[in-house]
Amino acid sequence: MSTVHVTPVRTYLLVFFALMALTLLTVGAAHVNIAHHLPGQMTDAINDAVAMAIAVTKATLVILFFMGVWHSARINKVVVWSSFFFLFVLFAFSLADYFSRGWLGVPGK
Amino acid sequence: MSAPASPAETGGTNYLNATHGIGSWLLTRDHKRIGILYLLGISVFFVLGGLMAVLIRAELATPQGDLFSSDVYNRLFTMHGILMIFFFLIPSIPAVLGNFLLPIMIGAKDLAFPRLNLAQLVPLHDRRGDDVRVAPDGRHRHRLDLLHSDVDELRPGQVIVTAVGIFVAGFSSILTGLNFIVTIHRMRAPGLTWFRLPLFVWAHYATSIIQILGTPVIAITILLVGAERLFHIGVFDPKYGGDPVLFQHLFWFYSHPAVYIMILPAMGVMSELVTAFSRKRVFGYHFIAFSSLFIAVIGFLVWGHHMFISGQSVVAGAIFSFLTMLVAIPSAVKVFNWTATLYKGSISLQTPMLYALGFIGVFLIGGLTGVMLGTLGINIYVHDTYFIVAHFHYVMVGSAIMGYLGGLHFWWPKITGRMYNEFWSKISAIVIFIGFNTTFFPQFILGYLGMPRRYHMYPAEFQTWNVLSSAGATILGFGYLMPVVYLLWSLKFGAKAPANPWGAKGLEWETSSPPPVLNFATPPVVTEEAYAYETSTPAKEVTVGV
Repeated sequence: MSTVHVTPVRTYLLVFFALMALTLLTVGAAHVNIAHHLPGQMTDAINDAVAMAIAVTKATLVILFFMGVWHSARINKVVVWSSFFFLFVLFAFSLADYFSRGWLGVPGK
Repeated sequence: MSAPASPAETGGTNYLNATHGIGSWLLTRDHKRIGILYLLGISVFFVLGGLMAVLIRAELATPQGDLFSSDVYNRLFTMHGILMIFFFLIPSIPAVLGNFLLPIMIGAKDLAFPRLNLAQLVPLHDRRGDDVRVAPDGRHRHRLDLLHSDVDELRPGQVIVTAVGIFVAGFSSILTGLNFIVTIHRMRAPGLTWFRLPLFVWAHYATSIIQILGTPVIAITILLVGAERLFHIGVFDPKYGGDPVLFQHLFWFYSHPAVYIMILPAMGVMSELVTAFSRKRVFGYHFIAFSSLFIAVIGFLVWGHHMFISGQSVVAGAIFSFLTMLVAIPSAVKVFNWTATLYKGSISLQTPMLYALGFIGVFLIGGLTGVMLGTLGINIYVHDTYFIVAHFHYVMVGSAIMGYLGGLHFWWPKITGRMYNEFWSKISAIVIFIGFNTTFFPQFILGYLGMPRRYHMYPAEFQTWNVLSSAGATILGFGYLMPVVYLLWSLKFGAKAPANPWGAKGLEWETSSPPPVLNFATPPVVTEEAYAYETSTPAKEVTVGV
């Protein structure tokens, strides 16, 4: 029989404070033009990338700890990974359209 | 397996007469009663959607737009599509037959989450009214995949209300899928291993995966449409810096797999019917089971074939065209295996089997024209013509409704405890088959000749085929009316059904008709494979090598 893992309250609190800190970091990063402080030709898109990276980190913490995936059964992990796989498919195929628009011409255009 | 529960064992009570009063139905947590409530609900909307189809075909009987204005015509076909897809076809087999049968087929007392099962009924029925009310005030161009656009042409509130209706109804779909997956994983009877599961259950498992993975995407898309309209955030509308093609990507990422939400359960029904009325083990059980999962996965990789002329890149179009061909493989596996099951079977042409044979023929045409349309060059030529209309009606109406009606006739004695009139039901199945093909086959020709869809007027040269199509719709309408009459008649006057009127295999035939509240008098134990129809013919011994 499988045993149920009980996550200590301390872990929840740590994750909670980490999420709060990352939220503050998101707000702070939004007020800084990061590209301006970096060497070379960086575009403003670096701000978006930083915001996305923080958001992904927060989502990962929520999935692993608040949703209990870290200590859950293998089947649950499969479910989570397959969800991300299909999300990847959505992004990859949609972006494939956008990135390849100039590759081949359309006859008549 | 346990013997069928006799009325004496269950004290003469069953799920229909165990409790009385409207409250006992509306607040029931019994999966069987909830299935019946779905049956009633979706039937109402099938009739409404059907009436709209009748009006559409009446308008198209003449080249002039003499019955409706273009606005009214556009509202009619839009609402016909919304009602039939979101409120009939998607919930039809999973919510009615799946709800009723899935727990019984796996030997469970109920679904894993009975309260959730009742809860999912509410959003579906609640939002239908909103979607219908929108129609009379709607403006033109209510094309489903263009819900986001034409901000100035449409009154924003109406699109929002329609979108909210679909959004909320989507929860019903997600919760159904969730409930089925957990039930199949956790509540199978002792001895019922994965490869002893009926193929109906495998099909619903695959369908549930699509519902859970796909429906949230359309929900998020609708939220983005709402955010764009309310806060003018540029997502899809070029006016705010958005991209309409992005909407098409997100819309079709859900809406193409949604086709498989409609057709996979029907395929599950077919596997049951073909084996039961051939008295034969299904040919290639594992292949059929895994082909359902393969369809579920590949179905998510092909959405771009709806967008060949949307502005999508040629490279992406070619990739999607290639991937579309892959879906034909598992679909063909199923058709070949059903046909092989028929081979040397002891076939009895009772009503459900007529629907099964009709399904195979109709699905073959729908599937093969799908392969044609997946081909980039042909698709561009016939895009937005009646060829498309004919194709998706062959798949979604011909196949899915044939599956639904076949399943309804097969399990009607189990659901109601009554037999229906076999003669009239056979006549009805034949009339539906003839009516369907007369309605939609001419539309392939119309499309090939270049008649565009979504117009209420057309050049006079197309009238002959349109009149034929409208005549077929009349026949089809009568065909659909007949089961309403004789099935209702059977409730009062039909002979009492035995536990297993067809001599079929499966746990649902091991319990009384109608089943007791907890499905089985004693918990069943499964000791044999699915479809163990023949044991007398030993397999030939084959010596390999020298």
